[in-house]
Amino acid sequence: MAVTVKTFTSASEAAGALSSDRSARYLGGGTLVMRALNEGDVSVSTIVRAQDQALTRIDASGPRITLGAGVTFARVLAERDLAFLHAPARSIGGPAVRNMGTIGGNLFAPSPYGDFTVALLALDATVAVAGGFGARDVPIEEFLQARDRQSGTLVLSVSCTRPASAEAFRYRKIARIKPKGGSVITLAAHLPISGGRIAGARIALGSMAPTQIRARAAERALEGRSLDAATIAAAASAATEGTSPSDNALGSAWYRREIVGVHLRRLLSGQE
Amino acid sequence: MLELRKDIFADERDDNLKEIGKGTQRQDMLGHVTGTSSYFNDHKLQGMLHLKVVRSTQAHARLRRIDTTEAERSAGVRRIIRGTDVPVNLNTLLSLINFGKDDEPSLAVDKVRYKGEPILAIVADSEREAFEAIAKVKVDYEPLPAVFDVEDALKPGAPVVNETYPKNAFIYHDVYDHQRLRFGDADAALAGADHVLEQRYQMSPIEHAPTETNGAIAAPDTNGRYVVYTSTQALFFSVDTCAKILDVPSNTFHFIGGTVGGGFGGKVDTLTEPLAILGAMLTGRPVRYVFGREEEMQYGPPRGAERIYIKDGVMRDGRIVARKIRAYFDSGAYTRLSSYAAVKCAAHLPGPYTIPNVYGDVYCVFTNRTPATAMRGFGVTAMDFAIECQMDKLANLVCMDPMEFRILNAYRDGDMKAHRREAKNTALIECVQVAAEKAKWPIRDEFRRASSRKDGGGSRAAIPPTPTDSSRARPTAPVQQRTSYDRLPPTVTREPPRDPPPPAPPPPPPRPAAPSHGATRFSSVFGTRRR
Amino acid sequence: MAKIPLQFRHNGRDVAIFVDGGTNLLVALRELIGDMTPKFGCGQGGCGTCSVLVDGELHLSCLTLAETVAGRSVETLDGMKQGPNLHPLQRAFADNFAAQCGYCTPGMLMAAKALLDRNPSPSRDEVIEAISGNICRCTGYEPIINAILAAAGGRVSA
Repeated sequence: MAVTVKTFTSASEAAGALSSDRSARYLGGGTLVMRALNEGDVSVSTIVRAQDQALTRIDASGPRITLGAGVTFARVLAERDLAFLHAPARSIGGPAVRNMGTIGGNLFAPSPYGDFTVALLALDATVAVAGGFGARDVPIEEFLQARDRQSGTLVLSVSCTRPASAEAFRYRKIARIKPKGGSVITLAAHLPISGGRIAGARIALGSMAPTQIRARAAERALEGRSLDAATIAAAASAATEGTSPSDNALGSAWYRREIVGVHLRRLLSGQE
Repeated sequence: MLELRKDIFADERDDNLKEIGKGTQRQDMLGHVTGTSSYFNDHKLQGMLHLKVVRSTQAHARLRRIDTTEAERSAGVRRIIRGTDVPVNLNTLLSLINFGKDDEPSLAVDKVRYKGEPILAIVADSEREAFEAIAKVKVDYEPLPAVFDVEDALKPGAPVVNETYPKNAFIYHDVYDHQRLRFGDADAALAGADHVLEQRYQMSPIEHAPTETNGAIAAPDTNGRYVVYTSTQALFFSVDTCAKILDVPSNTFHFIGGTVGGGFGGKVDTLTEPLAILGAMLTGRPVRYVFGREEEMQYGPPRGAERIYIKDGVMRDGRIVARKIRAYFDSGAYTRLSSYAAVKCAAHLPGPYTIPNVYGDVYCVFTNRTPATAMRGFGVTAMDFAIECQMDKLANLVCMDPMEFRILNAYRDGDMKAHRREAKNTALIECVQVAAEKAKWPIRDEFRRASSRKDGGGSRAAIPPTPTDSSRARPTAPVQQRTSYDRLPPTVTREPPRDPPPPAPPPPPPRPAAPSHGATRFSSVFGTRRR
Repeated sequence: MAKIPLQFRHNGRDVAIFVDGGTNLLVALRELIGDMTPKFGCGQGGCGTCSVLVDGELHLSCLTLAETVAGRSVETLDGMKQGPNLHPLQRAFADNFAAQCGYCTPGMLMAAKALLDRNPSPSRDEVIEAISGNICRCTGYEPIINAILAAAGGRVSA
C-alpha cells in the first residue's frame, strides 16, 4: 500500500485530518517524516500537509514574537529582528537542512536533534496547537512533557517574549563536527537581570534527557543573585541534577554528565 | 602540494621522470563534474523489482520458526527467498584462493550469529511494499549466550559463535589457531633489559561509510546470462563468488562496475550481488538490492576491532632489545578478511625497527559482532597506532627525544627483519629526518647525519638462535625493572645515549643472490610455499 | 493505486510525471525523469549528495516530497553545463582535483552554486559553511574549497 498524501488549504482542516487518523503524520519540512519513509517506517501511511500561509508567518516587530510552525531556520536567519535566535538557527544542519527544516518540526525532533527547541524552552515559549477540539496555547514545557502523545495535534505557531538584551539570552551547542553535527549536548539560558540580580532564570538542556529539559537546580542557584564566579560555580555544579542522558554514537551518558557543568559554566561566564 | 625530494637517494634513480611529481588529470574527472559517471545504481531498467532483507534482531540465537504466511500475501510481493533457495548457502570469501573454510551462509538457516544477519530476502514491486512485507514476517528466536569480547571468546567454555571454528579462532593451515612469529629469545632479552614496558591498546570497529551504499542490480540477459551492475571494489572476485554461491559457471554473468562511490575496503565482501542475481533468476525480472544508510552503518562490514598487548624491553641508551606482542583481531561472526589481516599483521611485526628479539602471537577471533573486512591498511593500521604510541612511551621512559629514539631503532638496509627477510630500500630514518625538519623539531647532528644506508647489516643481519616454544621453560616474570601501566618514568637527567647508532660492523659477506621472481613464490597469505 | 500528476520545471524545461504517494523528489528525478545526477547517499539529510536547487534554494531531494515542487523550478547538476561548455564551477572542480570517487560531486556542485548565485565572492569560511551539509568521504575538502574559491575569483581555465 502506497502512502496517501492529503493536502489542505487551511491548518484547521489539516488538524482535523491529523486527529482522526492514527497513522497520519504531518509533513513540515520533510526532515523527519520523509526520513522515516526512506528508512522503511511502515507505520506512516498517511501524510497530511497544509498550504496555509498563516503557518509561515513571522511576527517579529514587537516585544513578543510569533513564528509560524512552518517557518524555516533559513528564514529565521534572514530576519534581522530575530537576531537573538540566529545562534540556535545557525547551529542546525547544513544550508539545505536550514532551508527545509521548520520551527514546528524541531519541537518533535528526537535527540540528538531539536536544538532550536532548547532555545525556545529557555525562552519560556508558548506553543499554539490545533487538535480535534480547536486551538489552544500550551506552555512549551508542558508540550514537551507530553510530546509522545502530541502526534494527533498540529502545531500552528510558537511565540515568546524577546529577551531584554543580547546578554540576557545565551546559547551553546556542543558538536563533534563543525560547523555541522548532531548535538552532544545543547544549552540555552535566559537570564533576565533586575537591579543587578537574576530574576526568572531559565536554563534548558538538549540531549540530557529523552526530551529537552530545564535544569531547575541550576536555575535555583542563579535566582536572586548576581552573575559572579561563585554563583556560576554553584549553578554549574547543579547542572546534572534531574538529568537522564543516554548513550549514543556521539557521546556516552557518562560523558554528557561530565561536560554539562563545564559548558554551563562557560555559557554563564561568557567564555567562548 | 606534493613535494618531491630528489635530494634523498638521488643516486638510486634516473632523474628523468616524466609523470612522477607532476599533476595529471584523472580520466574520470569530466564524468564526475558533469554527473555523467555511471555508478551501479544509475541504471533504469524496465520492470525492476526491489529486494530487501529481513535481518536478525538478535546477536546470537537459534531460529525456531520463520513464519512468512502474512508476508507472502502482502501486496506487491513477488518472491520470498530463504536459505534453502540459495544453491550453495555456505561460503567464505577467500575460498577462491583456497584460504579458510566455508563458514557463512547468504541467508541464515539454523541460527543467527550477529545482529543484522540476513535471514530472508523479499523481492517486491516497490521498496515500500518490500518494507511492508518485512514487517509481517515473524521470526521465533531462541536466544543463545553471546560473546562480544575477543579474549572472552577464547576462554574455555565460551559460547561457540561459528561452528566451523568451534574454538572461536580461525585455524591456519588446518593446525594453528594463531599466527606466530619467533625471532631470538624475547623472554631472555626482557629479563636482561634495563626497563620493561607493557601496555594494552585497542581500536573499535570503524565503518567506511562510503557515500554510495553497497548495492547491485541484476537483470536477466539473453542466452540465460545475467547482467549485473555492482558497487563492488573487486569485480572479478565478486564474479567468482557469485558463481560459487549460485552454482553456475562464471560466464553466466556479465558484471559491470568500476565506478564506485567510495569503497575504502567496505565493498569487497560481495554481499548484495548473489541475492540480487538469485532474485533475478527466481523472478525473471531485474532486481535491485541496495543498502539503506542504516544498513550500511550497522551491518555493512567495518574495519574490525583489535586488541593489542605490547611488552618491550629497552636499555638505558635507548636500544630496544625485545618486543613481545599479543594481538587479537575481532573477525565478527564470520571470516571475511580478518584471517588475512592477521597474517599481514604478523608479517609487519615489530614495525619498521630493528629489534634483535621479537615474539608475536596474532589471533583472528570470532565474536557475535558484525563480520569485519578490509579497510585501508587493515592488519597494520591499529598495530602501527599501538607501536608508535609505545615508541613515544619508551622514548619518554629512557628520556630520549621521540624522533631521535625512532632513528636510533629504525631498520637500515641489510638488517635482518623478524620474519627473516633482509631489509632493503629502507627509508624510515630519512622520513623521520624530513618530518623533524618540516615540524621544525630540533634533532641532534648525529641523528641528522644518520642514513638508512649506513650502519645496517653485519651483526644486525644475523638470525639469532631462537628457542622453540616447546623447549622453553615457562617464562618467569622479571620483577626488578618492571614498569607499571602508564607510570611516568623516574626523572632522570637527560643524558645523550653513549653510543647511539650501533658501531658500524664490517660489511656482511656477500650473500648468494636472493631468488628473484619465480624461483620461490612468496604469498602474503601462505608465506613461502614449501609443499 | 492512484498516481498523482505532477508538473514542474526541470533544468528550465517543463516536465510532467505521475508519482506514487510518498515518492520523494530524488526518486522522481532519477527513476521517472531519468536524471541520474542527484545521488542517494543516506535518505536522512546527513550527506548532501542528493542536493538540488528548488527555486534557487538548496534542498535535499531525498527529504522532499515530490509533489511539493509542483509548479516550482528544480535545478540539478544535469542542467549546469552552459551549452557545450562546462560551468566555471565544473571547470574549477576539474582543475583543482576536487573529485575523487565523484559520488559527492553533484551535491557539492549544487551547494557551491547555491552559494555563488547569492554571494559571488565568498570568504573561505563562507565556502566551508556552504558545503557543511555535504560529506566527502574521500576527504577531499581542501581541493573542493579551493575549487569553489577559484571559481568565485574567476581563476578558472577557459
